[in-house]
Amino acid sequence: MKRFGQYRGTTLPRRKVTKRRSGEGRAAAFLLAPDVIGLALIYVGPILFTIYLSFFSWNGISPDRTFVGFDNYQYLLNDPSWTTSLHVSLLYVLMYVPLVTGGALLLAILVAQELPESKLYRTIYFLPIAVPIVVGAIVWQLIFQPSYGFINYLLQLVGAPPQPWLSSPTQALFVVVLVSAWKQVGYFMIIFLAAILAVPREYLEVASIDGAGAVRRFRSIIWPLIRPTTIFVVVMTTILALQDFDQIFVLTRGGPNYGTYVQVYYIYDQMLKFLRMGPASAASVVLFLIIMTLSIAQIRLFRGANND
Amino acid sequence: MTRRRRRLQRALLRTMMLAIGVVMIFPFLWMVASAFKSNKEILQYPPSLLPTEWHPENFVNVFSDVPFGRYMFNSGFVAITVTAAALLLHTMAGYALAVFRFRGRNVLFFMIIGTMMVPFYSLLVPLLQLSKALGWIDSFTGLIIPWIPHGFGIFLMRQYFMDFPRELRDAAAVDGASHLRTFFHIALPTAYPVMAALGIIYFIGNWDRFLWPLIIINSPDKYTVPLGLVQFQGQYSTQWGTLMAAAVVASIPTLFLFVALQKRIVAGVTMSGIKG
Repeated sequence: MKRFGQYRGTTLPRRKVTKRRSGEGRAAAFLLAPDVIGLALIYVGPILFTIYLSFFSWNGISPDRTFVGFDNYQYLLNDPSWTTSLHVSLLYVLMYVPLVTGGALLLAILVAQELPESKLYRTIYFLPIAVPIVVGAIVWQLIFQPSYGFINYLLQLVGAPPQPWLSSPTQALFVVVLVSAWKQVGYFMIIFLAAILAVPREYLEVASIDGAGAVRRFRSIIWPLIRPTTIFVVVMTTILALQDFDQIFVLTRGGPNYGTYVQVYYIYDQMLKFLRMGPASAASVVLFLIIMTLSIAQIRLFRGANND
Repeated sequence: MTRRRRRLQRALLRTMMLAIGVVMIFPFLWMVASAFKSNKEILQYPPSLLPTEWHPENFVNVFSDVPFGRYMFNSGFVAITVTAAALLLHTMAGYALAVFRFRGRNVLFFMIIGTMMVPFYSLLVPLLQLSKALGWIDSFTGLIIPWIPHGFGIFLMRQYFMDFPRELRDAAAVDGASHLRTFFHIALPTAYPVMAALGIIYFIGNWDRFLWPLIIINSPDKYTVPLGLVQFQGQYSTQWGTLMAAAVVASIPTLFLFVALQKRIVAGVTMSGIKG
């Protein structure tokens, strides 16, 4: 292979070729250095340090840390606020992922139709992505306000009793999921839309001629072909759901009665309120492991279903 | 018969699109309408759709009650700096990973992909310590630096440059251009559309950022818009009119970018989904 150039009859001497390759190494080093240093400083180092700290007792201020083995992990298991936060986070995922994935798919199917107003609706459904999440949370807070909010007014119009919303632990979780879903669903709609529009039109036309209805065409042609996208969206929404925090802080501060106390909130409290870096780090490691495990499991699961 | 059925189907589709559209856009309309209402009117029941009396002075109060202009400037400064630096550095790294052959390239690539799996929020404890050690607490540096490195952006730019024609590089080499010159003068300009798409996503993400500023910023003159809003919400919890006006103002930059560059954003999001 080294003499490849000679066979082609080029005049480049071998030495020059070698020199050029080493030049590539230097150029690559120059171009990559800032990012690699940055990633090492912000991601690689800290994740290792988190794992390390999870075995120590430390308040984050004093110079001495005490090695405690797995005590911090034991602490989590015995801490009701942590087990609650795990429970809340899983509920959050169970509500958020189907809502956003299913909602985004439905919206994508709707705006993929060739109607004159489809383009306008694409914009409308996608618009909340441009609204800061804190703004979204504050506006929805007004809409869900129990005594003068619009939602309870609507309920009253149809004769239903007013709901406490953010003052009820279960309904508050629903509201914080809804706020985040409202913001994110358009993003995933665009991803689904691209996948649906990439389905070859001939397939759909042939199926149509053979008498397949819209539902049948979707189930037998579109759904199998967009499966990779569906996997991607389910994994992404799960990862997002486990990290949502902003609208929870604005709307409920984790309450009422720990109703919206997600994992990130636990980490935040341990770290800044109680200055317990050990449990905060252990909870971070657990969150990291949960996210990794769920992502891998989902990819496997969908692949398995695909092979049938 | 089939024509009637199709017409019925269309009508159903249109109704669904309209209904969902109303739900999606309702918070905007409610926000804007409330921003012009008096506080008394917002607190009344049943709620009014449009203001019965218009109070544009709510918008003046946003800037006089709290230094909201300052927050806007801070957020803009942070978001623009992060976006510009991230775009340049990610394009550089993506190009290097896509076109150069060098030892350790694959290892490095997988390490970068690996960082995409690490949730940022599981790094809060060490990042806070790092920020203390480097003097980033309560500084713009602390708001900016942690958000520049990003495995995803590097990955996306690498995907783009994988298709960069070899002939172009060879032609530049024949003309005597160095690797870096080839990158900055030939490869980089071709990437502008992709960078624009990625850039908008970065800008919106950083304009939005809340938890990290909440942790490291203490002095009000360094507040970003989301911090300012939350502080506003806490202090003037009953001043809904002014709070809604502040919410409108806070959304203007990102909404403006969105409307102006919607096609690019869609292209960027689509690109991010393709990786599957």
